Amino acid sequence: MTAFLEIENLSAAIKGTPDRLLRSVSLHVNSGEVCGLVGESGAGKSMIGKAVLGILPSAVEIVEGQVRLDGEDLLAMPQRERRRLIGATAALIPQDPLTALNPSRRIGPQITDRLVDILGWTKHDARTRAAELLDEVHIENPQRVLASYPHELSGGMRQRVLIASAFAANPKLVIADEPTTALDVTVQKQILRLIREMQERHGTAMLFVTHDLGVVSKICQRLVVLFAGMVVEKAGVSDFYANPAHAYSKALLSATPKFTEPFTSLTPVDQTVISAVSEQVEAADREWRHAH
Amino acid sequence: MRDGRGTIKRKAGLKLWLSGGWLAVVAVLTLFAGWISPHDPLTQDLFASRLPPFWAAGAEPGYLLGTDSLGRDVLSRIIYGGRVALTVAIIAGLATAIVGSVLGLIAGYYRGWADAVISRLVDIWMAFPPVLFAILLIAVLGTGLWSIVIAIIVIDWTRFCRVVRAETMNQSQMDYVASAVVAGHVRSAILWREIGPNVLPTIVALLSLEMGIAVIVEAILSFVNLSISTDAPTWGGMIAEGRISIHQAWWVLVCPLIVLFLTVLAFSQFGEGLKDRFDPVLR
Amino acid sequence: MRLLQTLLMRLAMMAITLFGAAVIVFVVIRVVPGNPIAMMLPPGASDEDIARLTAHYGLDKSIPEQFFVWLGGVLHGDFGTSISLRQPVMPLVLGRLPATLELSIFALVLAVIIGGAMALTGTRFRGGRTEAVIDVANGAGLSIPDFLWALVLILTLGVLYPVFHISGRISPSLDLPFTTQFYVFESILRLRFDLWWDLLKHMFMPALALAIPLAAIIGQLLKQSLKETMHLDYVVLARTKGYGENHVILFDALRNAVLPTLTLIGVQFTFLIGGTVIIERLFSYEGLGNMAIDAVINRDLPLIQGIVLVFALLFTVVNLVVDLTYALLNPRLRHA
Repeated sequence: MTAFLEIENLSAAIKGTPDRLLRSVSLHVNSGEVCGLVGESGAGKSMIGKAVLGILPSAVEIVEGQVRLDGEDLLAMPQRERRRLIGATAALIPQDPLTALNPSRRIGPQITDRLVDILGWTKHDARTRAAELLDEVHIENPQRVLASYPHELSGGMRQRVLIASAFAANPKLVIADEPTTALDVTVQKQILRLIREMQERHGTAMLFVTHDLGVVSKICQRLVVLFAGMVVEKAGVSDFYANPAHAYSKALLSATPKFTEPFTSLTPVDQTVISAVSEQVEAADREWRHAH
Repeated sequence: MRDGRGTIKRKAGLKLWLSGGWLAVVAVLTLFAGWISPHDPLTQDLFASRLPPFWAAGAEPGYLLGTDSLGRDVLSRIIYGGRVALTVAIIAGLATAIVGSVLGLIAGYYRGWADAVISRLVDIWMAFPPVLFAILLIAVLGTGLWSIVIAIIVIDWTRFCRVVRAETMNQSQMDYVASAVVAGHVRSAILWREIGPNVLPTIVALLSLEMGIAVIVEAILSFVNLSISTDAPTWGGMIAEGRISIHQAWWVLVCPLIVLFLTVLAFSQFGEGLKDRFDPVLR
Repeated sequence: MRLLQTLLMRLAMMAITLFGAAVIVFVVIRVVPGNPIAMMLPPGASDEDIARLTAHYGLDKSIPEQFFVWLGGVLHGDFGTSISLRQPVMPLVLGRLPATLELSIFALVLAVIIGGAMALTGTRFRGGRTEAVIDVANGAGLSIPDFLWALVLILTLGVLYPVFHISGRISPSLDLPFTTQFYVFESILRLRFDLWWDLLKHMFMPALALAIPLAAIIGQLLKQSLKETMHLDYVVLARTKGYGENHVILFDALRNAVLPTLTLIGVQFTFLIGGTVIIERLFSYEGLGNMAIDAVINRDLPLIQGIVLVFALLFTVVNLVVDLTYALLNPRLRHA
């Protein structure tokens, strides 16, 4: 197995401030593998995905590090070229299906536009492919949906459309940014199953960003735990659940409900653990500042 | 976030100082016009007609901004013209603000038939070209200061009414109004005590803008020869005269135009600055 | 179906607005001092002559009576006879309307182009010096009314660097082959681009003066809503598809950002048309507004009424068209 996405020593900060939001993050995702990226809200999970895809908010800048997609250094490329490469090889499944579709365009063109404009398919081929994709994500009557506007579809339907759109160009890498968080609990399970199905069928590498360790166990082979923009643990999923190495991981795990024993009381993440890991972060910061 | 607010506040401060400063200069010049202006604005001197301003060749030292085709001093006429402009701005601006805001508050707070009538009236008013309406009114009322004030109220009350109505409806949805209702206050008391003060910043900002508009309307009316009277100097009247002799004596048009331009700009920027400063969200 | 219902409602409201406007103008001008009939006759005309002519124009009846006579005429397409020009009002007004329409529409086009360009450039280079410059320009455009811009333009492009004409609609020395009053339109159809160019050189400054305040409003509002739209998820998603920033702004953000601006353009365009009255006067442009001021000066009651009613009709139609366009552009309303 080769690493398709490699992030090395990536640091990001709000423009003009010395405080880092991402602290020398290194991780990789192998071809065909699902890697979970876990942490509490504000830990910088989504920011890593955004940094890879080049859609960081304009106030955030990358101060150091490398992002390699199939061996090519993304950050060294001119913006235009980088966007084209990302458009052709990677895709995003966004968090909120209600806002991720353009309200004034029909569904069809929103799935096919990348195929036609970036990859140079004919319109006819792209439309056939879009219908196939909708079929793949178990949408009945694809032709009708392709001609619909987003407001005519339910939230679950829209998320299916977005998944279909993400897999449209046979991407080598898909970044799923909390794809089930905004959905109803009943729909969540179906969507999760669908994402795994699509990933297996297309053999895509996937970075799965979530705050929910329960979800990770169902879809990922490996996971990376993030605290305050710093990687605290990387492990295979089975090892991790059997024996988490870092104290913070342990605390996070015991704060997650288990399906096997749903009625055991949950322990909130302990304050002493938090202060211990915070100290670790500060130490890393000191070291980093010293080195620069 | 804090950074952004700081920039807005600083910008608002600069706007307020620059525009307020210019308005103060105009106010002082016109208040003490009798002492300050170097000449009588009406005295004609045909031997000193079309003298250029001080920086051009052939200028006379006594006439800083030159003279017009009848030999009247341009600077003195601008200063006395400012009197008319500022008087109209203040009286007409305030009166328009009061009429429009009261109607807007009533329509926005009581809704129902009062709102239906007032809104319909606003719609009808919006169907008139304002300049034509003003000219028509002056033709009916005759020229003079009070005619101009009435004309401005009549054509522009809708500006306040529309904005204040919308803002009042906004404020009426707020929790503080609900709690005042729960506390058992009478509706009129809530309108004046609770909602009124919250709509006031909007009115004040709009008032400053309206004063600038009043200056313009006066200038437009003078321009078509329908203002105070034909011999009192007004900026619009000077512009109309300057427009005719533009190829022979450009300064007769340029000087009052620059003053008018700056004054209108200052009124609107002063309003903008006030709005930024007193916006409760930014504050 | 619901669209049709709203349309009918709007048409009814329009009728009420027009009726109200007609009543107000009718009453206002009936209290005008100064006898228009006396102004028509040579000095020394007998009282009998005056009375005869007053009766001829129906001015001896009571105001409500006059109003219903006039209204009855209007409903049959008869606006009465102009007192000062001694011709029926209707053809006079229709003869001048095209000039004003062409000027207003040209000004609207200029405003959309200038304002749109400012908004797009400001969004493309947001956060930088370019955006700051655009903001200042918009601020100035917003606070100075068309009348002053017109004077500034006359001074700069009319006198200092005389590129454009400062008076009239077309050079009087030219032979005019036109059969309609839509000169600009007709000159294109007849492929007479020499005339077209001459018309444009006359129209450019008045149109630009009218356009600047509207351009500033479009520039400011559209930029604001574009910048908000640029943060929305679907725009961010479009970036990951491989599109460049220009494509994202034009094809993903613009369409949704335009809607809030569009509703405002409606009202603002009626303000622009209202502005033609004084701007036409300033540039001696032979349009409806210029004729209106003459009509007021001459106390020509039927002509004033006719012109005001045509303006009111124009304003309400503009608002209706904008509302319909909004409904057509917004898929949520179109399918409702």
